[in-house]
Amino acid sequence: MANDISIEAEMLTKRFGSFTAVNEITFQTNRGEIFGFLGANGAGKSTAMRMLCGLLEPTEGAGRVAGYDIYTEREKIKQRIGYMSQRFSLYQDLTARQNIRFYAGIYGMSLNQIREKTTTLLERLHLSEFADAPVKSLPMGWKQKLAFSVAVFHEPEVVFLDEPTGGVDPVTRREFWEMIYETAHNGTTIFITTHYMDEAEYCDRVSMMVDGRIAALGSPMELKQQFGVSTMDDVFVQLARPAMAK
Amino acid sequence: MHRLIAFVRKEIFHILRDWRTLIILIGMPIIQILVFGFAITNEIKNASIAILDNAQDHHSAALINKVLSSGYFRLETYLDSPVEIEGVFRKGKVKEVIVFENNFGAKIEKENKAAVQLILDAADPNSATMILNYTQAIIADYQASQNKLANLPFTIGVTSQMFYNQELKGVYMFVPGLISIILMLVTAMMTSISITKEKELGTMEILLATPMKPGIIIIGKVLPYLLLAFTNAIIVLLLGYFVFGVPVNGSLPLLLGEMLLFILTVLSLGIMISTITNSQQVALMISLMGLMLPTMLLSGFLFPIENMPLPLQIVSNIVPAKWFIIIIKTIMLKGLGFGFIWKESLILFGFMLFFLSISIKKFTPRIE
Repeated sequence: MANDISIEAEMLTKRFGSFTAVNEITFQTNRGEIFGFLGANGAGKSTAMRMLCGLLEPTEGAGRVAGYDIYTEREKIKQRIGYMSQRFSLYQDLTARQNIRFYAGIYGMSLNQIREKTTTLLERLHLSEFADAPVKSLPMGWKQKLAFSVAVFHEPEVVFLDEPTGGVDPVTRREFWEMIYETAHNGTTIFITTHYMDEAEYCDRVSMMVDGRIAALGSPMELKQQFGVSTMDDVFVQLARPAMAK
Repeated sequence: MHRLIAFVRKEIFHILRDWRTLIILIGMPIIQILVFGFAITNEIKNASIAILDNAQDHHSAALINKVLSSGYFRLETYLDSPVEIEGVFRKGKVKEVIVFENNFGAKIEKENKAAVQLILDAADPNSATMILNYTQAIIADYQASQNKLANLPFTIGVTSQMFYNQELKGVYMFVPGLISIILMLVTAMMTSISITKEKELGTMEILLATPMKPGIIIIGKVLPYLLLAFTNAIIVLLLGYFVFGVPVNGSLPLLLGEMLLFILTVLSLGIMISTITNSQQVALMISLMGLMLPTMLLSGFLFPIENMPLPLQIVSNIVPAKWFIIIIKTIMLKGLGFGFIWKESLILFGFMLFFLSISIKKFTPRIE
């Protein structure tokens, strides 16, 4: 079924002047899939992600997110995606409740809906007690989990996570991934960039970007076999080292 | 609409959360108007003087009476001899000593000519000049009244009258100036900072990835500050009216309308600043150095534009506050209508369009 494809990129390209940040990338993701988007710093991950989110206009190529065209139907895409960036996406001076309410509000959710879901969410995150404290007073791990919950609060079809687990301890990261699994299980496609290769192992499929191109794409198992190594770490090093040595 | 409300709510939370800034924003205008109104006035009120009356006749008594009843002077002491003059100045007790010559009254009546000596403490030259002028004016007035009685065939009387601010009250000047400074500060500075803050924190990127349109984001950001600025302007108007008796001679709706126009102009200036910079620090610096100083110095608020050297006079034309101060004075003090300020209003409107068009050109809804 065509509906099962949540993200489609075909020969997607972005050039800044003479520099090609993203070079003819082509891939598809399925509904409910956890798609790891890997690559060294500067390989073009963020640029590609921004094009898919409608933050950046592609130079060439085609793409569809949640069934809508990334050139002409950006507004519809934005309504159906969630986005959490590596830099902090919550307002530190506002409380957890105010943050949830704000983001839910700009996605056009009704007040009743928001109120109901907020209570459930806070309970699930064990945050009820701290719901009215400014976010900056919460520990880092909680903030991160809250930021993710806010990004998927409006039940988007695709959620883009840009290095969401940076600076988080292993235990929290584990809990974070449990939330990701749960969300994916409910049918949301997870598009995630990360530098942690153990996290790459958690993904259903990963793509490796090198110099703006997708150098490899497949399940972690397939990639490890393809390159004849035992960890994703080695896959990454094999692909990225020649590019970084330049 | 729903989204805009959610956004404005969030913005108001930000402002309320940062209550220190809020207190400054609300308190600053109040303090400024009180300080400017009471302390920094360039008018004379109760200047202390001493009098050495060598004549002691009814003419000198009448003139002394006239001087002291003017409200500008307060008698510190009568002196008995010229040697005391330096003493009272040294003690810093008086600003001026008025000396009447012997037979002052007799000379007026017989010779039509008598002399009064005014001695001033010129350690503060500005106020000394001012006191001198006031005293001379009173004496000339007295002379004129005497001449009239004498029915001389030929008298030339100079009548001067200060229009619009008859009492030469400094606060009349300060209120219009202050309103523009405060509107400038609150709107331009705060909006530019609050927009660059979202950029700096990275939340702007998140916002742009939501269904919020960039225009709505900007409107949502500036709306609370528009309200805040308007509240501030009203506070200053009310304080000026009730505490200092600064009148609003013209139409109040027109005044409010022009204030709105000026607020929108500086808002678009604030937006423009936020589109050229990505950091709060830079936005703050630009607002302070690039806006506050020219507004204070070149708008005619502190120094009359006519007294500036020509190059500065030309530069003053690009200070929006200059035009607003003209507008607001015309309405408040002269009580004139829109017919007299349409040109200035048009200039402000032009500024607004200019700032907005630059902002739109520079504002990239998508992040580079």
